[in-house]
Formats: sequence, C-alpha cells, structure tokens
Amino acid sequence: MGVQIEASGLVPIEQLTRFENSLPTGSFGATVSFVGTMRDFNEGHDVSAMMLEHYPGMTENQLEQIIDEAKARWDIIDALIVHRVGDILPGQPIVLTAVYSAHRAAAFDACRFLMEALKNRATFWKKETMANGNQRWVDKNTPG
Amino acid sequence: MAIKVKFFASLREQLKEGVKEVDASGIHSINDVWERATDTTLLPSHVLCSVNLEHREPHESVKDGDEVAFFPPVTGG
Repeated sequence: MGVQIEASGLVPIEQLTRFENSLPTGSFGATVSFVGTMRDFNEGHDVSAMMLEHYPGMTENQLEQIIDEAKARWDIIDALIVHRVGDILPGQPIVLTAVYSAHRAAAFDACRFLMEALKNRATFWKKETMANGNQRWVDKNTPG
Repeated sequence: MAIKVKFFASLREQLKEGVKEVDASGIHSINDVWERATDTTLLPSHVLCSVNLEHREPHESVKDGDEVAFFPPVTGG
C-alpha cells in the first residue's frame, strides 16, 4: 500500500514507476491509474492558483483506510494514492490514484472507488485565487 | 487537564485561530467542546468534527487529553 502527501511536487509517471518497481515482478496483469489536474476555471470563474490544506495524521489514516476498503471489496494486489498539498498552479497534478490487479475489471472499479471515497471523506480543503486576485474556499466537489 | 482543539480551512480563518486548549472539566460531548472553544452555543450543521483523528458526530463523547477538530466539508481530489 502506498499513501503519500506531497508538499512540493507530484510527477505521476515517476511515482507510478517507483511504486510499480516495489511490487513483485509478474504479479499483476492490470494497472489503472487516475490523475486529477488543476484547471484554470471553476464555477464560472478563471482561477490562477490554489492552496490545498490537509489535516496531518488524519488525512493519511483516512487514505490508508480507503485502500484497505478497496482491498476488501475487490481482488486487487495493491494500490497507491498520492495527493498534493500547499500551493498549486493550473496544469499541475493534484492527485494520483493507481490500482494493480490480476485482471482489469477489479483495477478499473477499485480505482474509481479510491477517487470517489477520497473526494467525499479525506480531510483536504481547497482555497482558490481567482484571476482578479480574490480568494475563496471551495465549498463543494464537482460531480464525477 | 485539557482538550486540544483544532480548526481547519475556512473555519480557522473565520475564528482567527487554528489550535487552542480548553479546560476539560464539565465537558462530555463534542458539542460541549465547540461551545467552550468558540464561546457560542450551537455547532453549525455544516461543520464536521473528529476526535483523535477519527470522524465523529457532535453528540459523541470526549475525554480529557483528546484532540478534537472542527472543519468544513472536504474538497480534495
């Protein structure tokens, strides 16, 4: 299981390669990954930057619990969640989830579950800076 | 003896404090912690809470030494 909170940068391909290399060679036949990237618009406004806050300790525990739940529900080999905190700019990755399984169905379903569960439960909060300089806390998630 | 209280995100900015300690005497529930920590009476329905890093409901009990946190709905991912 991999859970990481990154304060300065997230390079999905590097994180995926590093995690994949830690798994037994030949143990998985399917990999599904998802990357969430910061947009430069939200709720009808241009957005120029974002700050992501979390609750150290609680957030990591929650992400580990979410992976445990995925392992209980689907026949998967392992899973990875990496999430940015701190200052983020449009075009930069916010979150990476990946699931490894013997066959594709479990990996697809479990990867979707990881994202929906973390968006609904994990203690992260976004504060946007709009193009006009005003700031606002994001008060709800966008529909999937 | 005390209970550690944390506020996050917009709630921290509204209350102008992120961490504080409150006297644990006479406190039984998370609602009691909110009242003592904020000098208000009602925990707003949209505010979420946790005890020792686990989600909890406002009526649930707390004890001396616990860490109680209050925060708005989450918006990660």
